[in-house]
Amino acid sequence: MKLPPFEYACPATLSEAVALLASHDGDAKAIAGGQSLMPMLAFRVASPSLLVDLRKLPGLNKIAIDSDGVKLGAMVRWRDIEDDERLKTAHPLLKAAIAHVAHYQIRNRGTVGGSIAHADPAAEMPGIAMTCDAGIAVTGKSGSRVIKAADFFLGALTTALEPDEIITEIRLPAWPQSRRFGFQEFARRRGDFAMAGVALYYDPDPSGKASNAHVGVIGVGDRPQRLTAVEAAINGNTIDEATIARAAAAASAAVEPQQDIHASAAYRRALTGTLVERALKIAAA
Amino acid sequence: MKNTFIGAPIERREDLRFLRGRGEYVDDLAPNGVLYAVILRSSVAHGRIKSIDTAAALKIPGVHTVITAKDMPGGPPIIPMRLQPLPEFKPFEQPVIAHDKVRYVGEPLAVVLATSAAIGEDALEAIAVEIDDLDPVGSREAAAKNKSLLFEPAGSNRSLVFHARKGDADAAFANAPYVRRERLKTGRHYGLTMEPRGVMAEWDAAKGRLTVSGAAKVPFFNRRILAKQIGLPEDSIEMIENDVGGGYGARGEFYPEDFLIPFAARHVNRPVKWIEDRRENLMAMNHARETEADIEIACERDGTIIGLRGEVHTDMGAYMRTNGAVGARNVVQFMAGPYRVPHVKLDSLLWMTNKTPVGTYRGPGRFESSFYIERLLDMVAEDLGIDRVDLRRRNLVASAEQPYPIASVQPTNANDQYDSGDYREALERCLTEIGWAEKSKLQGKLIDGRYHGFAVGCFVEGGAAGPKESARLAVNDDGTITVFMGSSAVGQGVETVFAQIAADALEIPMDRIRHVYHGSTNTVSDGYGAYHSRSIVMGGSAVLDATKNFHAAIREAGAKKLGCDASDIKIGEDRVSGPGGKSFALAELAGLTAEGAFLNHKHTYSYGTHAAHITVDAQLGEVRIVDYVVVQDVGRIVNPLTLRGQVIGSLVQGLGGAMLEHLQYDDHGQFLTGTLADYLLPTAGDFPNLRCFVTDNHPSPINPLGAKGAGEGGIVAAGGVMANAVANALQSFGAQPRQLPLTPTYIWELVQAGQRQAAE
Ligand SMILES: Cc1cc2nc3c(=O)[nH]c(=O)nc-3n(C[C@H](O)[C@H](O)[C@H](O)COP(=O)(O)OP(=O)(O)OC[C@H]3O[C@@H](n4cnc5c(N)ncnc54)[C@H](O)[C@@H]3O)c2cc1C
Repeated sequence: MKLPPFEYACPATLSEAVALLASHDGDAKAIAGGQSLMPMLAFRVASPSLLVDLRKLPGLNKIAIDSDGVKLGAMVRWRDIEDDERLKTAHPLLKAAIAHVAHYQIRNRGTVGGSIAHADPAAEMPGIAMTCDAGIAVTGKSGSRVIKAADFFLGALTTALEPDEIITEIRLPAWPQSRRFGFQEFARRRGDFAMAGVALYYDPDPSGKASNAHVGVIGVGDRPQRLTAVEAAINGNTIDEATIARAAAAASAAVEPQQDIHASAAYRRALTGTLVERALKIAAA
Repeated sequence: MKNTFIGAPIERREDLRFLRGRGEYVDDLAPNGVLYAVILRSSVAHGRIKSIDTAAALKIPGVHTVITAKDMPGGPPIIPMRLQPLPEFKPFEQPVIAHDKVRYVGEPLAVVLATSAAIGEDALEAIAVEIDDLDPVGSREAAAKNKSLLFEPAGSNRSLVFHARKGDADAAFANAPYVRRERLKTGRHYGLTMEPRGVMAEWDAAKGRLTVSGAAKVPFFNRRILAKQIGLPEDSIEMIENDVGGGYGARGEFYPEDFLIPFAARHVNRPVKWIEDRRENLMAMNHARETEADIEIACERDGTIIGLRGEVHTDMGAYMRTNGAVGARNVVQFMAGPYRVPHVKLDSLLWMTNKTPVGTYRGPGRFESSFYIERLLDMVAEDLGIDRVDLRRRNLVASAEQPYPIASVQPTNANDQYDSGDYREALERCLTEIGWAEKSKLQGKLIDGRYHGFAVGCFVEGGAAGPKESARLAVNDDGTITVFMGSSAVGQGVETVFAQIAADALEIPMDRIRHVYHGSTNTVSDGYGAYHSRSIVMGGSAVLDATKNFHAAIREAGAKKLGCDASDIKIGEDRVSGPGGKSFALAELAGLTAEGAFLNHKHTYSYGTHAAHITVDAQLGEVRIVDYVVVQDVGRIVNPLTLRGQVIGSLVQGLGGAMLEHLQYDDHGQFLTGTLADYLLPTAGDFPNLRCFVTDNHPSPINPLGAKGAGEGGIVAAGGVMANAVANALQSFGAQPRQLPLTPTYIWELVQAGQRQAAE
């Protein structure tokens, strides 16, 4: 579990970083908090010839909040989100979700951009990005673009990112104050990747009925997913026991989970329904 | 002997050193010119080796040598069994490196020596290994078919059957008014040490001497094996015990690396160091616990146990390792636990499979058998409509029945008896401490979305394995005393407890015991190490014997010096005096030393009771512990602080095995749990509400201290108690857990099955 040989660079500008990534024929890798990449190196499942450390790139560690929403710089760490009081109102769902990420030491280092780029199917941040229709701003040698979360996650540990592209920012649309939300996940131990997780919100209309429901799940497929069938079961309804039961059943029916060493597929399917039920109850409470 | 320190809550002497960062583990050693060993391990579970091509690896700068079986003239030596070395096991013992076949994922194939471990790992990727796959034997069921054989000459994948017998079980069952038969199984887990294993060997070619650091547990025994294998006299090998980050039965047994690294050091005439990484630790250190029982219990209608009968199958992994048979023997020998079972007929079948070999892990066989008997008792109580606690009260061995004989085991001719104790007293204390009478009214109740469950289980823990332990006392230049022990330190706090025992034996303050040296082969003439919860009983009693000889030696020396009779000499704290006011400082006898030993063939049995109050979220299959109490009587408490640490620590490990830990393989024998994200250990937040109460109401009659082994009791009953608590919580679903670990998936499946049944 010792690292394979690689070269290391710590550029001071984004353009330099992009140029370094581009110069190695796709064999260079960015490194941010290192909390996913270092274990992969140690297990030798990744052996890039060059590591490009992003820590000196200016401006990537800011959380900006304005009327458009929340912009998380790629180098924002979990700890920064936990500590930011403004997010309690600016994006309470994000805050609720990130509280479940890993352990104290890892939260001090792991970054938003690293998690999005790594694209673990059970990771919270990609789940939030999917649920909230986030835009993922990236810069590569052919310029900058914003990729919609729905187009970004292609499979387990697979994304639409080109090898020379660096994530600079995650953009979460503005959060209306009347919005109702819930986040629920279940892991075998605190801080472990969840066996399943659910992030959801809806906007109550004046009559109290739900609209604009967004329901996302993690840990039950090869990437974070929106569950449109569940959203349909919620939209236009008051969130009462009957709606909650229908939504939960729709959630269990909608997912196609895999079995692994931590949980069976059938369990994950049921768990997804349970978590939708509980998240909705919290949202409606 | 005074009693000033024994029994006192004295803080661990070793902690100051550790807290200051002055611990010295084997990885802290880095002599000049050291080469790092990295081991190429088989990625194939079962196959025939065709070729190992190391040419490309040898070209990598920094790679010094690659050693394979071919470098060992006469073939690789075989690792002999330390415990139960039966001739039947011979064909199944492990060579130090694979040479014809590989039999588990993780088996050593080659050793790379390089200037750094990282370069060594680069070289691993450059070694080309060709292996012809053979049918993997992935389970004990597959083993029983004997279609694919791990050891063709043996003709069978079954290495042995142990028979545990008492009374006449067949006759008893034939006439029994009530019988229940169950299939139950325990998961595969192991004694994961925080510090993985490590060996550092230095060869002094001029003197023909080998120094091996990183020894633990049984250094004297391992030296005997190594000396034979490597062709050196025993006294040409020195085994050094450094600080050790955990033993649990697994660390310190003789493993392939314990030969390979010293061999490599002599082969290249340079110091060689190998530090196991976590992935290796998970796949190369002894596994344990994977058993399946098909057993019956017979009772009278009033719940009096008549007998136990049936079979237990153990998945042994690929080889019979040094202590590999202990668990499989214990699981049938101790199935009855602390309960009076007049008729026993239990067979234990040992199946070889293409998995990492097994060895002992804290409470070997006992954790498993306690799960079996405790599950059966709760089922019996339900069937017969008897209170679960009353059922246990009725069947616990009474103090008047001690010493109580247990089932004998063949072919090892193991005949044992419990030594002393009042098991009922510990049960009642435990019930009081957890508030059973009042709180257990919540049994099965659903409160705020969680079902409350309770369980209680009783255990015995064996300890004090013989045949012998040694201790030596010596006078230092300043008149303080140094204690040398044959016992090993694996984190139990032996430096503290032996200083307490020695200070009381010598009737001096504890700070006059300057050092307690342990474990290394240069401390005493002969040592037996740390296993079977033996250190305090065996080592402590050896200190008492050494004190006798030490005092006699001081008297003799004093008599010479003062020209008087030895019987007139008085030994003070730091002075020796004779008649007529003549005296001299003890420091004047600097260098005086005397050894002592304790010989013993009997075992101690500490005992106690676990009780748990849990809640279960039936939708998630999630279990939380509200309160968990262990009461353990250890005969004589030397240090309540270190003892409580042992009880709580072993309890957490037991809960890990009950709830989380699970070494998993796929059908091809591929290992699926090679990281700590896959193999789930309890972390600090998982089981916060654990309490223990230690007592010494009933001393052991078999040693002068009255002490009993006490390092394993916390683990023993944890599996059975947690499973019973889950059954109790989910009684409205008719849930009956029949296997460990109690994963969320499994608990959820039990609930689902209950709901389906209710719907029908
Ligand atoms: C024990 C443990 C438990 C964990 N539990 C959780 C958990 O419960 N939930 C969870 O979500 N995560 C968990 N993690 C992962 C953790 O959150 C990681 O920090 C995170 O997934 C990756 O962030 P990083 O900054 O460490 O990325 P790194 O490890 O540095 O990089 C990860 C990948 O992202 C790429 N990358 C990094 N930054 C950029 C960028 N700006 N642009 C383009 N590519 C980039 C790298 O090239 C690499 O491929 C856990 C990790 C550990 C070790």
